[in-house]
Amino acid sequence: MPDNAILAVEDVSLSFGGLAALSGVSFEVAPRTIHALIGPNGAGKTSLLNCFNHFYTPTAGRIRFEGRDITALAPHRIAALGIARTFQNIELFRGMTVLDNIKLGRHLHMGVGPLAALAYWGRARREEIRHRRFIEERVIDLLELEDIRDQVVGALPYGLQKRVELGRALAMEPKLLLLDEPVSGMNVEETQFLVRYVLDIREVWDVTILLIEHDMRVVMDISDRVTVMDFGRIIADGPPAAVQHDPGVVTAYLGEPGRREATA
Amino acid sequence: MALPRPCGDFKRSWEADEAVFPTAFSRGALAAFLLLLGLAPLAAGDFWLYLLNLCGIALVGAQGLNILTGFTGQISLGHGAFVGVGGYTVGILATRLNVNPVVALLAAGVAAALVGLLFGLPSLRIKGFYLAMATLAAQFILEYLFMRAAPLTGGAQGLFVERPALAGLAIDSDAKFFYLIMTVAALATAGARNLLRTDVGRCFVAIRDRDIAAELIGVNLFAYKLLAFALSSFFAGLAGGLLAYYVQAINPQGFTVLLSVDYLAMIIIGGLGSVLGATFGAVFITLLPELLKLAIDAVGGWLPIENIFPALREIIFGLLIVLFLLREPEGLAKLWWDVKAYWKLWPFAY
Ligand SMILES: Nc1ncnc2c1ncn2[C@@H]1O[C@H](COP(=O)(O)OP(=O)(O)OP(=O)(O)O)[C@@H](O)[C@H]1O
Ligand SMILES: [Mg+2]
Repeated sequence: MPDNAILAVEDVSLSFGGLAALSGVSFEVAPRTIHALIGPNGAGKTSLLNCFNHFYTPTAGRIRFEGRDITALAPHRIAALGIARTFQNIELFRGMTVLDNIKLGRHLHMGVGPLAALAYWGRARREEIRHRRFIEERVIDLLELEDIRDQVVGALPYGLQKRVELGRALAMEPKLLLLDEPVSGMNVEETQFLVRYVLDIREVWDVTILLIEHDMRVVMDISDRVTVMDFGRIIADGPPAAVQHDPGVVTAYLGEPGRREATA
Repeated sequence: MALPRPCGDFKRSWEADEAVFPTAFSRGALAAFLLLLGLAPLAAGDFWLYLLNLCGIALVGAQGLNILTGFTGQISLGHGAFVGVGGYTVGILATRLNVNPVVALLAAGVAAALVGLLFGLPSLRIKGFYLAMATLAAQFILEYLFMRAAPLTGGAQGLFVERPALAGLAIDSDAKFFYLIMTVAALATAGARNLLRTDVGRCFVAIRDRDIAAELIGVNLFAYKLLAFALSSFFAGLAGGLLAYYVQAINPQGFTVLLSVDYLAMIIIGGLGSVLGATFGAVFITLLPELLKLAIDAVGGWLPIENIFPALREIIFGLLIVLFLLREPEGLAKLWWDVKAYWKLWPFAY
């Protein structure tokens, strides 16, 4: 199994001062699946993603991507290996247009040096045009961003910003796409659109998706596998139907009544 | 830029959509401006030509600082010294080694770029005020070297620089210098604008706006910050080289922290991060003392302000910067866009 997993998390622990945010987390993500990571607030889901990007350094354990240990790699090198990400709180370049944000997602696929860039001549020009076409045809069209491509991101409503952030991550043509609560704060209609985009993406792009989500219907609908966390530990891991009826999971969620309903 | 697009502006290709001057009108306006500028030596007297030349040199340096501070968000108080490195490079190459001016100018840019790269190293670890302090240290270290490396730099007296000759043509008048300086200024401006529409420039702005997100999409922060320092200082070196040839005398007093502050003022008043803004700012800050002098001469008969003129200049400078920061943080460029947007829709201001 470890050999065909695209992402392998091995015994990862993380603490902030005295607080243990993650304790001995291990699980694997199989290629070309939609894998959900769920758990109550504060369970450590976002912290785990931050370890994948090496924004946090685990106190123990390792993370392997396509078999390679990435635990100590610099964040930009991890991106270069093919891991893209969206954030719970949106990390866009707010002062730039939608188009420029998505173009930045192409950074790893562009290779023109500074002198060619100053001249905007020959290769530099061809490269810009080629990537512009790629973005228009593969990203803007898929996510239906045509009408807002020239708008400044900071002025857009929350739901659209989330879609733009997804677009930027897609433009990276990642092998693994990490989505941290892609539908939080969205209304029913926006949520349905986003779910459809995620399914489309898996259909059209050769990509594995690891998604953190609180909306149980979304999780049960689209995931191939579900990993459940609570208090920094894995408490269940399996196909959605099995996890749903796992007694440990039910207790974790029902242990604090009203907690789920508030966000669902 | 949230400018309204004119009606009927349907682009036929992505290439057309990527153009800096998208309409025939804007291209015509640019051509007309360049033509008028080219004819300026016929109309302008020596004094105004001299001022225009200073504006052109300042513009090259300002575009450079704008790349570092405006695009990339790395504050530098050492730009004046980097200009100095260019000036001394030309001074030394031209006077001692009689090097061809084009080669000497390029060498000035490269020398400044290397020095900028070196003093840009701290930017990996520190940002904001701390980086400003580190670049201020660079400024003082370089000033010290200009002064103390006397065998090379001529110490406090500095160097005398011969006027250059290009392909047998001696560049020995304000008008001839005008064409040399404006060519370099136009190339520097176009270069800065081009940078902004390629990946390199976008990465700079990404680092300024949100460095975490930049890393996340694969931008090597260290490499790109150093690149910004190098490019910015390359422009500074070119400006210093031109200045050395033009004023023919360089000494440490010409490249003090006051020059660094002038350059910062140019890009702040012009509008940080805007290529057009740096242009406006360079012209404005270069002409400001002269305009003040003219104004003071006009009233000088009645008011005894002759002696306090230097202080007055600094005060007005400071006031202007504060005023711009408070009232129009996006600078002269923003005023320009506002006026343009207004005329675009005029007389139907809906
Ligand atoms: N930078 C940090 N410094 C200190 N504590 C942190 C930091 N980041 C996370 N934590 C703590 O680690 C624990 C796990 O937080 P995390 O954000 O990973 O939870 P989560 O599962 O993503 O929750 P949510 O569903 O609310 O997003 C929480 O107790 C949180 O307060
Ligand atoms: Mg979270």
